[in-house]
Amino acid sequence: MSETAVEIEDVGGGEFERSPIPASKLKGWKSFLGMYAGEHAAGTEFMIGPLFLAAGASLKDLIFGLLIGNILAILTWRYLVAPIAVSSKLTLYYQLEKIAGKHLVKVYNVVNGVLFCFLAGAMITVSASAVGIPFDVNFTVPESIFGLSTPAFSTIVIIVGLVMTIVAAAGYNTVSKFANIAAPWMIVVFAACGLSALTQMEVDSWESLLTEWDKGVSVVQSANGKVDFGFWKIVIFSWLCNAAMHFGMADLSIMRFAKDVRAGWGPSIGMFLGHYMAWICASFMLAAQIKLTGDISANPGALAWSAVGWTGIICVIVAGWTTANPTIYRAGLAFQSLFPSNAKTYSGVILAGVIATVAGIFPALSSQLLGFVGLYGTILGPMGGVIFVNHYLAKKMNFTQDYAEGKGSSFNTAVLLAWVIPVALGLYFIFTKDVFAAYAVIPCWIASSALYVLIMKLQKS
Amino acid sequence: MKILKLISGVSIAVLILLVSILSFLGKMEASTVKVLMLVGTILWFVATPFWMKEE
Repeated sequence: MSETAVEIEDVGGGEFERSPIPASKLKGWKSFLGMYAGEHAAGTEFMIGPLFLAAGASLKDLIFGLLIGNILAILTWRYLVAPIAVSSKLTLYYQLEKIAGKHLVKVYNVVNGVLFCFLAGAMITVSASAVGIPFDVNFTVPESIFGLSTPAFSTIVIIVGLVMTIVAAAGYNTVSKFANIAAPWMIVVFAACGLSALTQMEVDSWESLLTEWDKGVSVVQSANGKVDFGFWKIVIFSWLCNAAMHFGMADLSIMRFAKDVRAGWGPSIGMFLGHYMAWICASFMLAAQIKLTGDISANPGALAWSAVGWTGIICVIVAGWTTANPTIYRAGLAFQSLFPSNAKTYSGVILAGVIATVAGIFPALSSQLLGFVGLYGTILGPMGGVIFVNHYLAKKMNFTQDYAEGKGSSFNTAVLLAWVIPVALGLYFIFTKDVFAAYAVIPCWIASSALYVLIMKLQKS
Repeated sequence: MKILKLISGVSIAVLILLVSILSFLGKMEASTVKVLMLVGTILWFVATPFWMKEE
Protein backbone atom coordinates (compact mmCIF):
# COMPACT_ATOMS: atom_id res chain seq x y z
CA MET A 1 0.00 0.00 0.00
CA SER A 2 1.43 3.39 -0.93
CA GLU A 3 1.38 6.69 0.93
CA THR A 4 -1.54 7.64 -1.29
CA ALA A 5 -3.36 4.64 0.06
CA VAL A 6 -2.83 5.72 3.62
CA GLU A 7 -4.03 9.19 2.75
CA ILE A 8 -7.08 7.76 0.99
CA GLU A 9 -7.88 5.49 3.91
CA ASP A 10 -7.33 8.21 6.48
CA VAL A 11 -9.52 10.62 4.64
CA GLY A 12 -11.97 7.91 3.70
CA GLY A 13 -12.72 7.15 7.29
CA GLY A 14 -12.99 10.76 8.28
CA GLU A 15 -13.93 14.20 7.04
CA PHE A 16 -15.18 13.38 3.54
CA GLU A 17 -17.32 10.41 4.43
CA ARG A 18 -20.52 12.38 4.00
CA SER A 19 -19.52 15.19 1.70
CA PRO A 20 -18.15 15.56 -1.82
CA ILE A 21 -14.39 15.22 -2.08
CA PRO A 22 -12.72 18.50 -3.03
CA ALA A 23 -10.99 18.54 -6.40
CA SER A 24 -7.63 19.04 -4.66
CA LYS A 25 -7.98 15.63 -3.00
CA LEU A 26 -8.74 13.70 -6.20
CA LYS A 27 -6.02 11.34 -7.43
CA GLY A 28 -4.83 10.41 -10.89
CA TRP A 29 -5.25 6.82 -11.98
CA LYS A 30 -1.56 6.00 -11.49
CA SER A 31 -1.91 6.59 -7.72
CA PHE A 32 -4.21 3.58 -7.60
CA LEU A 33 -1.65 1.28 -9.24
CA GLY A 34 0.70 1.53 -6.26
CA MET A 35 -2.04 1.27 -3.69
CA TYR A 36 -3.50 -1.92 -5.08
CA ALA A 37 -0.02 -3.45 -5.54
CA GLY A 38 0.35 -3.46 -1.76
CA GLU A 39 -3.25 -4.43 -1.10
CA HIS A 40 -3.12 -7.65 -3.10
CA ALA A 41 0.28 -8.95 -2.03
CA ALA A 42 -0.73 -10.01 1.44
CA GLY A 43 -0.59 -12.79 3.98
CA THR A 44 -3.47 -14.62 2.36
CA GLU A 45 -1.34 -15.31 -0.72
CA PHE A 46 0.95 -17.58 1.32
CA MET A 47 -2.09 -19.64 2.24
CA ILE A 48 -4.08 -19.58 -1.01
CA GLY A 49 -1.22 -20.40 -3.42
CA PRO A 50 -0.37 -23.82 -1.92
CA LEU A 51 -4.06 -24.69 -1.67
CA PHE A 52 -4.29 -24.83 -5.49
CA LEU A 53 -1.78 -27.66 -5.59
CA ALA A 54 -3.38 -29.26 -2.55
CA ALA A 55 -6.71 -29.10 -4.38
CA GLY A 56 -5.24 -30.94 -7.37
CA ALA A 57 -5.10 -28.13 -9.96
CA SER A 58 -2.89 -28.78 -12.97
CA LEU A 59 -0.09 -26.26 -13.52
CA LYS A 60 -1.29 -25.32 -17.01
CA ASP A 61 -4.81 -24.73 -15.72
CA LEU A 62 -3.39 -22.65 -12.90
CA ILE A 63 -1.26 -20.45 -15.17
CA PHE A 64 -3.94 -19.83 -17.79
CA GLY A 65 -6.90 -19.90 -15.43
CA LEU A 66 -5.39 -17.26 -13.16
CA LEU A 67 -4.51 -15.16 -16.21
CA ILE A 68 -8.11 -15.11 -17.47
CA GLY A 69 -9.62 -14.75 -13.99
CA ASN A 70 -7.43 -11.81 -13.06
CA ILE A 71 -8.19 -10.04 -16.35
CA LEU A 72 -11.92 -10.49 -15.70
CA ALA A 73 -11.51 -9.11 -12.18
CA ILE A 74 -9.67 -6.03 -13.48
CA LEU A 75 -12.37 -5.46 -16.12
CA THR A 76 -15.01 -5.70 -13.39
CA TRP A 77 -13.28 -2.99 -11.36
CA ARG A 78 -12.88 -0.81 -14.44
CA TYR A 79 -16.36 -1.13 -15.94
CA LEU A 80 -18.54 -1.82 -12.88
CA VAL A 81 -17.01 -0.02 -9.91
CA ALA A 82 -15.06 2.91 -11.36
CA PRO A 83 -17.93 4.57 -13.31
CA ILE A 84 -20.23 4.54 -10.26
CA ALA A 85 -17.44 5.63 -7.90
CA VAL A 86 -16.38 8.55 -10.09
CA SER A 87 -19.97 9.61 -10.71
CA SER A 88 -21.34 9.41 -7.15
CA LYS A 89 -18.10 9.91 -5.16
CA LEU A 90 -19.57 8.24 -2.08
CA THR A 91 -18.29 5.57 0.29
CA LEU A 92 -20.00 2.20 0.04
CA TYR A 93 -21.54 2.74 3.46
CA TYR A 94 -22.95 6.18 2.75
CA GLN A 95 -24.22 5.04 -0.65
CA LEU A 96 -25.91 2.05 0.99
CA GLU A 97 -27.33 4.23 3.74
CA LYS A 98 -28.99 6.42 1.12
CA ILE A 99 -30.59 3.36 -0.48
CA ALA A 100 -31.13 0.97 2.43
CA GLY A 101 -31.39 3.21 5.47
CA LYS A 102 -29.06 3.57 8.42
CA HIS A 103 -30.41 0.60 10.42
CA LEU A 104 -30.06 -1.88 7.57
CA VAL A 105 -26.53 -0.60 6.93
CA LYS A 106 -25.74 -1.48 10.56
CA VAL A 107 -26.85 -5.07 9.89
CA TYR A 108 -24.69 -5.16 6.76
CA ASN A 109 -21.76 -3.74 8.75
CA VAL A 110 -21.98 -6.41 11.43
CA VAL A 111 -22.17 -9.22 8.84
CA ASN A 112 -19.18 -7.64 7.10
CA GLY A 113 -17.37 -7.39 10.43
CA VAL A 114 -17.92 -11.06 11.29
CA LEU A 115 -16.57 -12.12 7.88
CA PHE A 116 -13.59 -9.78 8.34
CA CYS A 117 -12.90 -11.50 11.68
CA PHE A 118 -12.64 -14.92 10.05
CA LEU A 119 -10.29 -13.51 7.41
CA ALA A 120 -8.17 -11.91 10.15
CA GLY A 121 -8.27 -15.21 12.06
CA ALA A 122 -6.74 -16.99 9.06
CA MET A 123 -4.01 -14.34 8.98
CA ILE A 124 -3.31 -14.83 12.68
CA THR A 125 -2.90 -18.55 11.96
CA VAL A 126 -0.53 -17.72 9.08
CA SER A 127 1.61 -15.44 11.25
CA ALA A 128 1.59 -17.93 14.13
CA SER A 129 2.78 -20.67 11.76
CA ALA A 130 5.92 -18.60 11.19
CA VAL A 131 6.37 -17.53 14.81
CA GLY A 132 6.30 -21.20 15.81
CA ILE A 133 9.14 -22.27 13.49
CA PRO A 134 12.06 -20.97 15.65
CA PHE A 135 10.48 -22.73 18.64
CA ASP A 136 10.02 -25.93 16.67
CA VAL A 137 6.25 -25.65 16.92
CA ASN A 138 4.54 -26.80 13.73
CA PHE A 139 0.83 -26.83 13.34
CA THR A 140 -1.21 -29.77 12.17
CA VAL A 141 -4.55 -29.22 10.48
CA PRO A 142 -7.18 -31.34 12.22
CA GLU A 143 -9.89 -32.96 10.09
CA SER A 144 -12.72 -31.33 12.03
CA ILE A 145 -13.35 -27.71 11.10
CA PHE A 146 -13.40 -26.81 14.81
CA GLY A 147 -10.57 -29.12 15.81
CA LEU A 148 -7.58 -27.71 17.66
CA SER A 149 -3.93 -28.04 16.75
CA THR A 150 -1.28 -28.71 19.41
CA PRO A 151 -1.54 -26.77 22.72
CA ALA A 152 1.78 -25.04 21.92
CA PHE A 153 0.46 -23.79 18.57
CA SER A 154 -2.84 -22.65 20.10
CA THR A 155 -0.85 -20.69 22.71
CA ILE A 156 1.19 -18.97 19.98
CA VAL A 157 -2.04 -18.09 18.13
CA ILE A 158 -3.48 -16.51 21.30
CA ILE A 159 -0.31 -14.48 21.90
CA VAL A 160 -0.10 -13.34 18.26
CA GLY A 161 -3.83 -12.53 18.21
CA LEU A 162 -3.63 -10.49 21.43
CA VAL A 163 -0.62 -8.51 20.20
CA MET A 164 -2.34 -7.79 16.88
CA THR A 165 -5.53 -6.73 18.66
CA ILE A 166 -3.71 -4.36 20.99
CA VAL A 167 -1.77 -2.86 18.08
CA ALA A 168 -4.97 -2.49 16.02
CA ALA A 169 -6.67 -0.76 18.94
CA ALA A 170 -3.75 1.54 19.61
CA GLY A 171 -1.96 2.32 16.42
CA TYR A 172 -3.63 1.56 13.11
CA ASN A 173 -1.82 4.31 11.22
CA THR A 174 1.61 3.10 12.29
CA VAL A 175 0.88 -0.36 10.93
CA SER A 176 -0.47 1.15 7.70
CA LYS A 177 2.76 3.06 7.22
CA PHE A 178 4.80 -0.04 8.05
CA ALA A 179 2.73 -1.97 5.48
CA ASN A 180 3.64 0.63 2.85
CA ILE A 181 7.32 0.17 3.58
CA ALA A 182 7.06 -3.63 3.58
CA ALA A 183 5.00 -4.01 0.39
CA PRO A 184 7.77 -3.80 -2.29
CA TRP A 185 10.07 -6.01 -0.19
CA MET A 186 7.28 -8.55 0.30
CA ILE A 187 6.60 -8.79 -3.44
CA VAL A 188 10.30 -9.45 -4.13
CA VAL A 189 10.44 -12.06 -1.36
CA PHE A 190 7.43 -13.84 -2.93
CA ALA A 191 9.36 -14.02 -6.21
CA ALA A 192 12.49 -15.22 -4.39
CA CYS A 193 10.45 -17.93 -2.64
CA GLY A 194 9.24 -19.16 -6.03
CA LEU A 195 12.76 -19.20 -7.49
CA SER A 196 14.09 -20.97 -4.41
CA ALA A 197 11.33 -23.57 -4.67
CA LEU A 198 12.24 -24.17 -8.33
CA THR A 199 15.86 -24.61 -7.25
CA GLN A 200 14.84 -27.09 -4.55
CA MET A 201 12.84 -29.06 -7.13
CA GLU A 202 15.91 -29.06 -9.42
CA VAL A 203 13.76 -27.81 -12.25
CA ASP A 204 15.65 -27.04 -15.47
CA SER A 205 12.90 -27.03 -18.05
CA TRP A 206 9.16 -26.54 -18.45
CA GLU A 207 8.74 -30.32 -18.77
CA SER A 208 10.61 -31.02 -15.55
CA LEU A 209 8.49 -28.42 -13.75
CA LEU A 210 5.32 -30.08 -15.03
CA THR A 211 6.64 -33.46 -13.89
CA GLU A 212 7.43 -32.22 -10.38
CA TRP A 213 4.07 -30.48 -10.13
CA ASP A 214 2.16 -33.57 -11.24
CA LYS A 215 4.12 -35.68 -8.77
CA GLY A 216 3.13 -33.25 -6.02
CA VAL A 217 -0.53 -33.41 -7.03
CA SER A 218 -0.49 -37.21 -7.09
CA VAL A 219 1.11 -37.34 -3.60
CA VAL A 220 -1.58 -35.00 -2.26
CA GLN A 221 -4.36 -36.92 -3.98
CA SER A 222 -3.08 -40.28 -2.78
CA ALA A 223 -3.35 -38.94 0.78
CA ASN A 224 -6.53 -36.85 0.52
CA GLY A 225 -8.40 -38.55 -2.32
CA LYS A 226 -8.98 -37.23 -5.83
CA VAL A 227 -10.53 -33.78 -6.08
CA ASP A 228 -11.23 -31.69 -9.13
CA PHE A 229 -10.00 -28.10 -9.39
CA GLY A 230 -10.08 -27.49 -13.11
CA PHE A 231 -9.56 -24.55 -15.44
CA TRP A 232 -12.97 -22.87 -15.09
CA LYS A 233 -13.01 -23.29 -11.34
CA ILE A 234 -9.65 -21.46 -11.22
CA VAL A 235 -10.96 -18.74 -13.57
CA ILE A 236 -14.09 -18.20 -11.48
CA PHE A 237 -12.19 -18.29 -8.19
CA SER A 238 -9.52 -15.79 -9.26
CA TRP A 239 -12.17 -13.53 -10.81
CA LEU A 240 -14.43 -13.57 -7.77
CA CYS A 241 -12.14 -13.98 -4.76
CA ASN A 242 -12.36 -10.19 -4.40
CA ALA A 243 -16.04 -10.09 -5.37
CA ALA A 244 -16.94 -8.17 -2.21
CA MET A 245 -14.60 -5.43 -3.41
CA HIS A 246 -15.75 -5.19 -7.05
CA PHE A 247 -19.15 -6.85 -7.52
CA GLY A 248 -19.98 -5.89 -3.92
CA MET A 249 -18.77 -2.31 -4.54
CA ALA A 250 -16.68 -2.07 -1.34
CA ASP A 251 -14.02 -0.31 -3.42
CA LEU A 252 -16.38 2.60 -4.08
CA SER A 253 -14.87 3.95 -0.86
CA ILE A 254 -11.41 3.96 -2.48
CA MET A 255 -12.20 4.80 -6.11
CA ARG A 256 -14.36 7.81 -5.19
CA PHE A 257 -11.03 9.61 -4.90
CA ALA A 258 -10.39 9.05 -8.61
CA LYS A 259 -10.24 11.91 -11.07
CA ASP A 260 -11.64 9.70 -13.81
CA VAL A 261 -12.71 6.15 -14.57
CA ARG A 262 -9.18 5.09 -15.57
CA ALA A 263 -8.68 4.46 -11.83
CA GLY A 264 -10.55 1.23 -12.56
CA TRP A 265 -7.32 -0.06 -14.09
CA GLY A 266 -5.63 0.54 -10.72
CA PRO A 267 -5.83 -3.06 -9.49
CA SER A 268 -4.10 -4.42 -12.62
CA ILE A 269 -0.51 -4.50 -11.37
CA GLY A 270 -1.50 -5.58 -7.87
CA MET A 271 -3.62 -8.44 -9.12
CA PHE A 272 -0.86 -9.81 -11.31
CA LEU A 273 1.74 -9.47 -8.57
CA GLY A 274 -0.38 -10.80 -5.73
CA HIS A 275 -2.96 -13.08 -7.30
CA TYR A 276 -0.77 -14.40 -10.09
CA MET A 277 2.96 -14.29 -9.36
CA ALA A 278 2.61 -14.66 -5.59
CA TRP A 279 0.04 -17.48 -5.76
CA ILE A 280 2.08 -19.42 -8.29
CA CYS A 281 5.31 -18.91 -6.30
CA ALA A 282 3.58 -19.98 -3.09
CA SER A 283 2.21 -23.08 -4.81
CA PHE A 284 5.76 -23.95 -5.99
CA MET A 285 6.86 -23.89 -2.35
CA LEU A 286 4.42 -26.68 -1.50
CA ALA A 287 5.51 -28.67 -4.57
CA ALA A 288 9.13 -28.32 -3.41
CA GLN A 289 8.26 -29.34 0.14
CA ILE A 290 6.48 -32.45 -1.13
CA LYS A 291 9.52 -33.38 -3.23
CA LEU A 292 11.95 -32.79 -0.35
CA THR A 293 10.03 -34.25 2.58
CA GLY A 294 6.78 -35.77 1.32
CA ASP A 295 4.92 -33.44 3.69
CA ILE A 296 1.67 -32.24 2.08
CA SER A 297 0.62 -29.76 4.77
CA ALA A 298 0.31 -26.18 3.56
CA ASN A 299 2.02 -24.56 6.56
CA PRO A 300 3.06 -21.08 5.37
CA GLY A 301 5.75 -20.64 8.03
CA ALA A 302 7.41 -23.97 7.30
CA LEU A 303 7.17 -23.45 3.54
CA ALA A 304 8.80 -20.01 3.68
CA TRP A 305 11.45 -21.22 6.14
CA SER A 306 12.39 -24.04 3.84
CA ALA A 307 12.52 -21.75 0.79
CA VAL A 308 14.39 -18.66 2.01
CA GLY A 309 15.12 -19.13 5.72
CA TRP A 310 14.75 -16.24 8.18
CA THR A 311 13.67 -13.85 5.42
CA GLY A 312 10.72 -16.15 4.76
CA ILE A 313 9.79 -16.28 8.45
CA ILE A 314 9.89 -12.48 8.68
CA CYS A 315 7.89 -12.18 5.44
CA VAL A 316 5.12 -14.51 6.62
CA ILE A 317 4.83 -12.71 9.97
CA VAL A 318 4.84 -9.28 8.34
CA ALA A 319 2.41 -10.35 5.60
CA GLY A 320 -0.01 -11.88 8.11
CA TRP A 321 0.30 -8.98 10.50
CA THR A 322 -0.13 -6.20 7.92
CA THR A 323 -3.20 -7.98 6.55
CA ALA A 324 -4.77 -8.93 9.87
CA ASN A 325 -4.27 -5.56 11.50
CA PRO A 326 -6.37 -3.37 9.18
CA THR A 327 -8.88 -6.22 8.90
CA ILE A 328 -9.35 -6.32 12.68
CA TYR A 329 -9.52 -2.53 12.71
CA ARG A 330 -12.22 -2.42 10.01
CA ALA A 331 -14.21 -5.20 11.68
CA GLY A 332 -13.90 -3.22 14.92
CA LEU A 333 -15.38 -0.13 13.28
CA ALA A 334 -18.27 -2.26 12.06
CA PHE A 335 -18.85 -3.66 15.57
CA GLN A 336 -18.55 -0.27 17.26
CA SER A 337 -22.17 0.47 16.35
CA LEU A 338 -23.20 -2.40 18.65
CA PHE A 339 -21.79 -0.63 21.70
CA PRO A 340 -23.44 2.24 23.60
CA SER A 341 -22.32 5.65 22.41
CA ASN A 342 -20.38 6.24 25.65
CA ALA A 343 -18.32 3.04 25.20
CA LYS A 344 -14.58 3.32 24.62
CA THR A 345 -13.72 3.87 20.96
CA TYR A 346 -11.58 0.74 20.89
CA SER A 347 -14.34 -1.57 22.24
CA GLY A 348 -15.29 -2.75 18.74
CA VAL A 349 -11.67 -3.43 17.81
CA ILE A 350 -11.12 -5.47 20.98
CA LEU A 351 -14.27 -7.53 20.26
CA ALA A 352 -13.14 -8.07 16.65
CA GLY A 353 -9.66 -9.07 17.81
CA VAL A 354 -11.02 -11.60 20.28
CA ILE A 355 -13.31 -13.17 17.64
CA ALA A 356 -10.44 -13.25 15.11
CA THR A 357 -8.11 -14.86 17.66
CA VAL A 358 -10.69 -17.52 18.50
CA ALA A 359 -11.11 -18.19 14.75
CA GLY A 360 -7.33 -18.38 14.39
CA ILE A 361 -7.08 -21.15 16.96
CA PHE A 362 -8.83 -23.49 14.51
CA PRO A 363 -6.28 -24.10 11.71
CA ALA A 364 -8.84 -25.93 9.56
CA LEU A 365 -10.60 -22.58 9.00
CA SER A 366 -7.50 -21.11 7.34
CA SER A 367 -7.14 -24.22 5.20
CA GLN A 368 -10.66 -23.50 3.89
CA LEU A 369 -9.67 -20.09 2.49
CA LEU A 370 -10.52 -21.06 -1.10
CA GLY A 371 -14.10 -21.67 -0.03
CA PHE A 372 -14.22 -18.82 2.47
CA VAL A 373 -13.38 -16.02 0.04
CA GLY A 374 -16.12 -17.30 -2.27
CA LEU A 375 -18.53 -17.29 0.65
CA TYR A 376 -17.45 -13.75 1.48
CA GLY A 377 -18.29 -12.63 -2.07
CA THR A 378 -21.59 -14.53 -2.08
CA ILE A 379 -22.77 -12.83 1.12
CA LEU A 380 -21.54 -9.28 0.47
CA GLY A 381 -21.51 -9.13 -3.34
CA PRO A 382 -25.28 -8.87 -3.87
CA MET A 383 -25.43 -5.46 -2.15
CA GLY A 384 -23.39 -4.26 -5.10
CA GLY A 385 -26.23 -5.40 -7.37
CA VAL A 386 -28.63 -3.17 -5.45
CA ILE A 387 -26.25 -0.22 -5.84
CA PHE A 388 -25.90 -0.98 -9.57
CA VAL A 389 -29.68 -0.99 -10.05
CA ASN A 390 -30.09 2.16 -7.97
CA HIS A 391 -27.44 3.96 -10.03
CA TYR A 392 -28.35 2.90 -13.56
CA LEU A 393 -31.95 1.71 -13.58
CA ALA A 394 -33.94 3.52 -10.89
CA LYS A 395 -34.70 6.62 -12.95
CA LYS A 396 -35.10 4.72 -16.21
CA MET A 397 -37.54 2.27 -14.63
CA ASN A 398 -39.32 4.99 -12.76
CA PHE A 399 -38.74 4.10 -9.12
CA THR A 400 -37.12 6.18 -6.39
CA GLN A 401 -33.36 6.51 -6.54
CA ASP A 402 -31.70 6.55 -3.09
CA TYR A 403 -35.02 5.39 -1.63
CA ALA A 404 -34.21 5.59 2.08
CA GLU A 405 -32.90 9.13 1.80
CA GLY A 406 -35.78 10.23 -0.43
CA LYS A 407 -38.51 8.73 1.76
CA GLY A 408 -36.82 9.30 5.12
CA SER A 409 -36.72 5.54 5.80
CA SER A 410 -34.15 4.01 8.14
CA PHE A 411 -34.79 0.44 7.01
CA ASN A 412 -35.62 -0.31 3.37
CA THR A 413 -37.28 -3.74 3.41
CA ALA A 414 -36.92 -4.04 -0.37
CA VAL A 415 -33.12 -4.01 -0.01
CA LEU A 416 -33.25 -6.51 2.85
CA LEU A 417 -35.33 -8.97 0.80
CA ALA A 418 -33.26 -8.43 -2.36
CA TRP A 419 -30.13 -9.18 -0.34
CA VAL A 420 -31.24 -11.98 1.98
CA ILE A 421 -33.31 -14.18 -0.36
CA PRO A 422 -30.60 -14.80 -3.01
CA VAL A 423 -27.89 -15.11 -0.34
CA ALA A 424 -29.96 -17.64 1.63
CA LEU A 425 -30.45 -19.68 -1.55
CA GLY A 426 -26.75 -19.40 -2.36
CA LEU A 427 -25.75 -20.56 1.12
CA TYR A 428 -28.22 -23.44 0.86
CA PHE A 429 -26.54 -24.69 -2.31
CA ILE A 430 -23.05 -24.14 -0.89
CA PHE A 431 -23.62 -25.93 2.41
CA THR A 432 -26.08 -28.66 1.46
CA LYS A 433 -25.31 -29.34 -2.21
CA ASP A 434 -21.54 -28.81 -1.96
CA VAL A 435 -21.53 -26.11 -4.63
CA PHE A 436 -18.14 -24.33 -4.80
CA ALA A 437 -18.77 -21.01 -3.01
CA ALA A 438 -17.37 -18.76 -5.75
CA TYR A 439 -19.88 -20.21 -8.23
CA ALA A 440 -22.73 -18.64 -6.26
CA VAL A 441 -21.43 -15.06 -6.42
CA ILE A 442 -22.69 -13.96 -9.85
CA PRO A 443 -26.07 -15.75 -9.71
CA CYS A 444 -26.71 -14.14 -6.31
CA TRP A 445 -25.63 -10.73 -7.63
CA ILE A 446 -27.95 -10.98 -10.65
CA ALA A 447 -30.82 -12.32 -8.52
CA SER A 448 -30.43 -9.47 -6.01
CA SER A 449 -30.41 -6.88 -8.79
CA ALA A 450 -33.52 -8.35 -10.43
CA LEU A 451 -35.31 -8.80 -7.12
CA TYR A 452 -34.66 -5.19 -6.09
CA VAL A 453 -36.13 -3.93 -9.36
CA LEU A 454 -39.13 -6.26 -8.99
CA ILE A 455 -39.89 -5.31 -5.38
CA MET A 456 -39.49 -1.60 -6.02
CA LYS A 457 -41.82 -1.82 -9.01
CA LEU A 458 -44.37 -3.95 -7.13
CA GLN A 459 -44.53 -1.58 -4.17
CA LYS A 460 -44.67 1.36 -6.62
CA SER A 461 -41.79 3.06 -4.83
CA MET B 1 18.38 10.62 0.19
CA LYS B 2 19.66 9.22 -3.12
CA ILE B 3 22.08 6.97 -1.23
CA LEU B 4 19.29 5.62 0.96
CA LYS B 5 17.18 4.89 -2.13
CA LEU B 6 20.17 3.17 -3.70
CA ILE B 7 20.62 1.01 -0.58
CA SER B 8 16.93 0.08 -0.65
CA GLY B 9 17.09 -0.76 -4.34
CA VAL B 10 20.23 -2.84 -4.00
CA SER B 11 18.87 -4.61 -0.92
CA ILE B 12 15.90 -6.10 -2.71
CA ALA B 13 17.08 -6.16 -6.33
CA VAL B 14 20.52 -7.63 -5.67
CA LEU B 15 20.56 -9.20 -2.20
CA ILE B 16 17.16 -10.85 -2.55
CA LEU B 17 16.14 -11.18 -6.19
CA LEU B 18 19.49 -11.51 -7.97
CA VAL B 19 20.93 -13.98 -5.46
CA SER B 20 17.84 -16.19 -5.78
CA ILE B 21 18.30 -16.12 -9.58
CA LEU B 22 21.99 -17.04 -9.13
CA SER B 23 20.98 -19.88 -6.84
CA PHE B 24 18.48 -21.11 -9.43
CA LEU B 25 21.25 -21.04 -12.04
CA GLY B 26 23.43 -23.09 -9.69
CA LYS B 27 25.96 -20.28 -9.15
CA MET B 28 25.41 -19.86 -5.41
CA GLU B 29 24.83 -22.13 -2.41
CA ALA B 30 21.39 -22.08 -0.77
CA SER B 31 22.91 -21.33 2.66
CA THR B 32 24.76 -18.26 1.29
CA VAL B 33 21.59 -17.11 -0.46
CA LYS B 34 19.60 -17.25 2.80
CA VAL B 35 22.21 -15.18 4.66
CA LEU B 36 22.38 -12.56 1.88
CA MET B 37 18.57 -12.35 1.77
CA LEU B 38 18.48 -11.68 5.50
CA VAL B 39 21.09 -8.94 5.06
CA GLY B 40 18.98 -7.49 2.22
CA THR B 41 15.89 -7.58 4.43
CA ILE B 42 17.63 -5.76 7.28
CA LEU B 43 19.02 -3.13 4.90
CA TRP B 44 15.58 -2.58 3.34
CA PHE B 45 13.88 -1.96 6.68
CA VAL B 46 16.71 0.26 7.92
CA ALA B 47 17.01 2.43 4.79
CA THR B 48 13.51 2.61 3.32
CA PRO B 49 11.54 4.30 6.14
CA PHE B 50 13.72 7.42 5.84
CA TRP B 51 13.06 8.17 2.18
CA MET B 52 9.58 6.66 1.92
CA LYS B 53 8.43 8.80 4.86
CA GLU B 54 9.69 11.89 3.06
CA GLU B 55 7.79 11.03 -0.13
